[in-house]
Amino acid sequence: MATLTVPTSRTGTPRVLRSRAAGKLLLLAVLAAVLAPWAATHWPGAAWPHELTVSLTKPLATAGDWVMDNRDSHPLFLYFFGYISNAVIWAVRAVYLTLLAAGWAGVTAFGALTAWRLGGARLAAGTAAAVLACGALGMWVPTMQTLALMVVAVLASVAVGTVLGLGAGLSDRLDRALRPVLDTMQVLPAFAYLLPVVLVFGIGVPAAVLATVVYAAPPMARLTSLGLRGADPEVLEAVESLGSTARQRLLTARVPLARKELLLGLNQTIMMALSMAVIAAVIGAGGLGDRVYQALASVDVGAALAAGIPIVLLAVVLDRVTGAAGAGTPATGRPRTIGRPYALAVTVAAAFAARLLGALDWPSGWTLAIAGPVNRAVDWMTSHLYSGVPVIGGTADWAGHFTTWVLDPVRDGLQWLPWWSVLLVVAALAWLIGTWRTALTAVLAMAAIGVLGVWEPSLDTLSQVLAAVAVTLVLGFATGIAAARSDRVERVLRPVLDVCQTMPQFVYLIPVVALFGVGRAPAVAAAVVYALPAVVRITAQGLRQVDEAALESARSLGATGRQQLWQVQLPLARRSLLLAVNQGVVLVLAVVIIGGLVGGGALGYDVAFGLAQGDLATGLVAGAAIVCLGLMLDRVTQPTERHARKGA
Amino acid sequence: MRRRTTALAGALTLLTATGCGAADMTKQASPFANAQGSKTVTLSVQSWVGAQADVAVAQYLLEHKLGYRVDTVQVDEVPAWDALSQGRVDALLEDWGHPDQENRYVHDKRTIAPGGGLGVTGHIGWYVPTYLVKQHPDITDWRNLNKYASLFRTAESGGKGQLMDGSPSYVTNDRALVKNLQLDYRVVFAGSEAAQITQIKQFAKDKKPFLTYWYAPQWLFKKVPMTEVRLPPYKEGCDADAAKVACAYPHTPLQKYLNAGFVRHGGRAAAFLKKFRWTTEDQNEVSLMIAEQKLDPAEAARKWVDSHPAVWKRWLS
Repeated sequence: MATLTVPTSRTGTPRVLRSRAAGKLLLLAVLAAVLAPWAATHWPGAAWPHELTVSLTKPLATAGDWVMDNRDSHPLFLYFFGYISNAVIWAVRAVYLTLLAAGWAGVTAFGALTAWRLGGARLAAGTAAAVLACGALGMWVPTMQTLALMVVAVLASVAVGTVLGLGAGLSDRLDRALRPVLDTMQVLPAFAYLLPVVLVFGIGVPAAVLATVVYAAPPMARLTSLGLRGADPEVLEAVESLGSTARQRLLTARVPLARKELLLGLNQTIMMALSMAVIAAVIGAGGLGDRVYQALASVDVGAALAAGIPIVLLAVVLDRVTGAAGAGTPATGRPRTIGRPYALAVTVAAAFAARLLGALDWPSGWTLAIAGPVNRAVDWMTSHLYSGVPVIGGTADWAGHFTTWVLDPVRDGLQWLPWWSVLLVVAALAWLIGTWRTALTAVLAMAAIGVLGVWEPSLDTLSQVLAAVAVTLVLGFATGIAAARSDRVERVLRPVLDVCQTMPQFVYLIPVVALFGVGRAPAVAAAVVYALPAVVRITAQGLRQVDEAALESARSLGATGRQQLWQVQLPLARRSLLLAVNQGVVLVLAVVIIGGLVGGGALGYDVAFGLAQGDLATGLVAGAAIVCLGLMLDRVTQPTERHARKGA
Repeated sequence: MRRRTTALAGALTLLTATGCGAADMTKQASPFANAQGSKTVTLSVQSWVGAQADVAVAQYLLEHKLGYRVDTVQVDEVPAWDALSQGRVDALLEDWGHPDQENRYVHDKRTIAPGGGLGVTGHIGWYVPTYLVKQHPDITDWRNLNKYASLFRTAESGGKGQLMDGSPSYVTNDRALVKNLQLDYRVVFAGSEAAQITQIKQFAKDKKPFLTYWYAPQWLFKKVPMTEVRLPPYKEGCDADAAKVACAYPHTPLQKYLNAGFVRHGGRAAAFLKKFRWTTEDQNEVSLMIAEQKLDPAEAARKWVDSHPAVWKRWLS
């Protein structure tokens, strides 16, 4: 998942803020004093009262059965979903066959020449190397399957996103209506989407593509709308004065002016589609994600890595290529590239050459077996670190201590709190950091969890998220500060962060179990690894963008390095730090859920259970609770500034 | 180039679809099947290594002896039934018994055809490591489990003994069993077989006591010898009500299932998969190579195929 970039702005005057905050808290306290005794007497006990729950088990099970029984006969499926599903299958198949027909030589040539055209010779060489590496790892066919799925999913996402974005960019009313929907879609962990699409489309590629589109379209829509709204009014006025129609204005002025945002949207969409294409392996999407998932099943870190590396390479290449397309405009000094017809001719020639030589498929002798050495390394690590390390204790002991001393108290504490007080805390936090609207959304989301009847497992998941976020923030801020203060540290960190962010989450799961045993601790560890890069990046970026003049004046007053950091840089980068917290929370939640596969239990396990057993009632309710939890956590940590920026 | 092809294909699809009327979702193969004129078989793989061994050997023989191209997709058993009925996968080689699904797809809809037995009998149970039995010989009776609950305590089990369960896709009555047999235990779900095996190995390395849901045939027994804990004996129908189960798990002859259309038009591949039948020892041999020696499944299958020609030649005849 790619990070968001934030322009830092000056903070408001703290005193005003503080008095406003006090007012909000006072109001909430009054509300609590009135409502709490009433709630406590009506529904004693800490857990969500049973009378206020709605059981969806029966209707969901009935709905599931109905779908299964009518999928081959009901018009809704024959004339609507059937077409969608058919179209997806045909499109994916067409792309897949094209890729196979081009052969490895053709695909490599096409990739390299496209990169050359958009970003110059260095990018082309990198692209060719990356594509060839996928083959060398013995992953040619799965890579092509993933690519085929990605091409279709990204095109569909871009189409959907652009249409929504155009609407939102041109109509204020539609923009207001869409904004919360898009916000919400981006916050939700991908894992929770899978069950509903599987219910309708069954296991396989159509479900995977549709889940991917739902997940990947929002950034495109948002950035399209942002780009259209950000168009320079003077240019628009000039175009208007030439007497052009609204449609001409849109096509000749507003869309070209929004080029940068559109390409950034494409970039974000590709990244999200790739991460989803991997998670969709759980519902039979095939391709690289499936190889990682199968390796996970046989506890084979080496094989998982062999399938994970092509995913990382694809992500890096696609990111750089779309990035280059967005950065360069033809006028400014771009490196010399080649013409389009020329590139096409070379691609076709390469494909034919390979075909004539009879080497269309990746030659089976040209593979590197990395699985063996990787597994030996992991075995060594786990057998030496797991237990019995003198003085500091093995990783298993740490995990045990972390569970007993951190996870258990947090969980028990949350579950001990009366339900209405949890709602109050949520309201207070969300209101302090946002507006009354965000507070209301957060409280309603939390209440919905109670109504669904999954209060306790949700608090269990919440406790894991809180613990993981705390660890992530401590490590992330420390690393981010180091990266902001030293260019060398940043240079060394960048590739590591790239890899951590793009490596599919499944790859982390086995090593963390080998190190920390089964339970909630490994789920937390995997989440920390995954969320750390975003926090480090945003922190470092925020600190580096702090106004140089402010730092200079602090230096002239004789402030030490530490004083500069604590009294100037950190307060001025407050917005970025808040955003880092927000991103950390959202990313941690996404992985803690997958941690259900290594003993994390709670909601993640319930979703996995629902998928594995076709048990809609358990799976969908848990999925809905995850969605509510994500919404609540996002609102509680969402800096108000994000709203202001989106309105731009 | 790719974009134009996609657009063209999309348009064509819509045209043909509208021309033909209904689009039946229940008859849609995987888009990756039968690419480039090669005959493809899509096999579903379940998450445990035994099922991977079945698929690896079937895949090897299909590719090298019958000239098919094989795609594998990892799907759990219950969703695999659905995928099988839609034709997105052609065969499910190891099913541990799902009467509901069988009724719906084999008897009512007739979209799935039974493929005969796999030749392996499966059994689920509770197991403790054999080194622990040597210290406490009476631990293998469920009546004595409460006495030893403190041995099995972990950070996750909250003061009770830990009974470790595996993947959410497995058939399990353990929560009900613990409750109905009044055991001082808590079921902790490892969440996946991979996590469970990793944890069992770590326990075994330190000779720590553990109690786990496990199943036979399974290659791990060769690495970590385990002894089954006797539960109240299984009687036909004693597990009918999921909430009231208080008996052991049955012995299940594992079954194969094929997509009905594939049986009719699958030619030699379908005939071969129907005949595929081997023993627990054979399966374990391949499983052990995949999971413990970390051989590539294809490599493990090749080794087995080379050394057991008499077994697989029968399947091809």
